[in-house]
Amino acid sequence: MELTLSLAIGIMAGSGIYLVLRPRTFQVIIGLSLLAYAVNLFIFAMGRLRLGAPPVITPGLGSDPALYTDPLPQALVLTAIVIGFATTALFLVVLLASRGLSDTDHVDGREPEEE
Amino acid sequence: MSNWLQHLPILPILVPMLIGALLLLSSDSRHGPRIALSLLAVLLQLAVAGGLLAVAGGWVTAPWSGTIGIYALGNWAPPFGIVLVVDRLAAVMLMLTATLGLAALVYSIARWEKAGVHYLPLFQFLLMGLNGTFLTGDLFNLFVFFEVMLAASYGLALHGSGGPRVRAGLHYIAVNLFASLFFLIAAALMYGLTGTLNLADLPLRVAALDAGDRQLFHVAAAILGVVFLVKAGAWPLNFWLPAAYGNAVPPVGAIFAILTKVGVYALLRLGVLLQESGVAPAPFGGTWLFYCGLITTAVGTLGILSAQKLDRLAAFLVIVSSGTLLTAFGFTGTLLTGPAIYYLISSVLGSGAFFMLIEMAERNRKQGADLLAISFEAFGMESSRHDTEHPDEMVGVAIPAAMAFLGLAFVACVLLLTGLPPLSGFVGKFALLGASLTSLPHAPLLHVGLFITALILSGMAGLIALSRLGIRVFWDMERQTPHLQWLEAGPVGALLLVCLWLALAPEGTMAYCAAASESLYDASAYIRTVIPYPPEVVGP
Repeated sequence: MELTLSLAIGIMAGSGIYLVLRPRTFQVIIGLSLLAYAVNLFIFAMGRLRLGAPPVITPGLGSDPALYTDPLPQALVLTAIVIGFATTALFLVVLLASRGLSDTDHVDGREPEEE
Repeated sequence: MSNWLQHLPILPILVPMLIGALLLLSSDSRHGPRIALSLLAVLLQLAVAGGLLAVAGGWVTAPWSGTIGIYALGNWAPPFGIVLVVDRLAAVMLMLTATLGLAALVYSIARWEKAGVHYLPLFQFLLMGLNGTFLTGDLFNLFVFFEVMLAASYGLALHGSGGPRVRAGLHYIAVNLFASLFFLIAAALMYGLTGTLNLADLPLRVAALDAGDRQLFHVAAAILGVVFLVKAGAWPLNFWLPAAYGNAVPPVGAIFAILTKVGVYALLRLGVLLQESGVAPAPFGGTWLFYCGLITTAVGTLGILSAQKLDRLAAFLVIVSSGTLLTAFGFTGTLLTGPAIYYLISSVLGSGAFFMLIEMAERNRKQGADLLAISFEAFGMESSRHDTEHPDEMVGVAIPAAMAFLGLAFVACVLLLTGLPPLSGFVGKFALLGASLTSLPHAPLLHVGLFITALILSGMAGLIALSRLGIRVFWDMERQTPHLQWLEAGPVGALLLVCLWLALAPEGTMAYCAAASESLYDASAYIRTVIPYPPEVVGP
């Protein structure tokens, strides 16, 4: 499970960084989203991987902390997802405005000169 | 008496949040009440910041013991609960934010507020984010307040719209979103290793880490440091800054002058706390930060000399002041921090006033006049048609009051930003130089030399560039006198008067800054205050 998760995080982060460095705004926003997914999974993994353990106290299970998974990273991930979603939506609006104003989807607002 | 004082630390966050939300509900067409409400919010923040300044400074009996105040949200005891921490440095930064915010808000009433939608609520949310970052005692909340501040700043940077603004905003947002993701990685790593997000608890837990985990913690701290350096506008992470700041509308540029200082503040705060645990990760202090600041100052100085427009020049001046601060905080010993805080106050107020001033001065000038003038200068095509046509006409013309004000304010800004006497910029730089010489036996001679050279050269470059562009702007004969309103001239004048007061009576402020730096470096007191928090009932 550890290998699968770390591979998933690594591949998503790698693809995200590659896309962020591309010259088209659409590639940048997809790259940022992929990176955000990778980071969210990473935060989740920082609470240690546990199978079948609930994060909140369940009546039948008692109060022994060892039976539960760490709830804090899950709360952090929720916050991070919300903030990431909002800022990505905002970026999308700016991207469209830039496309409308400059008639190009290049990040610098103008096409590079042809050789 | 102490009952309501106890709740003072939460107000700088609550007031702008509630009033910002109220402003969102009312429609944009009801100008009067909306402006009154925003002004009320900023005045309240100013009053609260004044109160906190007095409480932290020990002039008023504090509702908490010692100079560091704690506000446990929901009365949950730290390290599990979230805390706000007020010490002298935080109080100074709150006061600075409120002062600059008031000036920028009053300035924007006259025209800029109407240049787009939702200016007033975004302005309040920006202040909320700023206040929150200065107050929070929790790493994840630091992230949240950073995001609140940045989200509002994205909207404000785009205020007024237009091609160049959107293009600069696109870069600004992309870079800062990227940096925010790094912040999350660092915060998650730190939590994964230590199991805490409380800034005071962190050093205690780090000290107990084994060697392998400690290395991983260094990695996390390095990533976090890079994030703060991006916000602080340190080279080579600052290429987005001149365009974004230079293209923002003037009052927004003015309030942005404090945004870079947030990064500097976070570096300083976390650096001191982490050093307490015996871990001093690279970006948080020492030689590394010193050279980083030095290069930033150098790059900013080159930018100042090459800038062809005043707003871009102002943005580079912000970079120089950031670089100077990073250099001072990276300097050996802690002697420079007090004067550096004084310098920070003066430079933030000065650059805020400058951002607002240049727009007034540039009004009624032809687009691109600066560029033409400079290329004339470079190619020796000085146009002399005015002198030949009517040589006597300009003699004896009375200077209009607006021009006189603009000219005087410009001179004052130049003195402030380049550190020439008699304004507070000089006092700040002089104190920095003096402190660096005092620390000579402990600090390497090379560092002292480099610091003094950087400080003097950057000031000189600023003087050259500002007087060159100033001549072009103010002695431009084709211009008409700009029409000024009291609402616009007032805030600039007020900010400059504050700087004048800082220069005329520097002892009080300087002593406060020195005490702030002293209590900042007393990290064990900070930790002791936050962690053994007795669970007592707060308030009625």
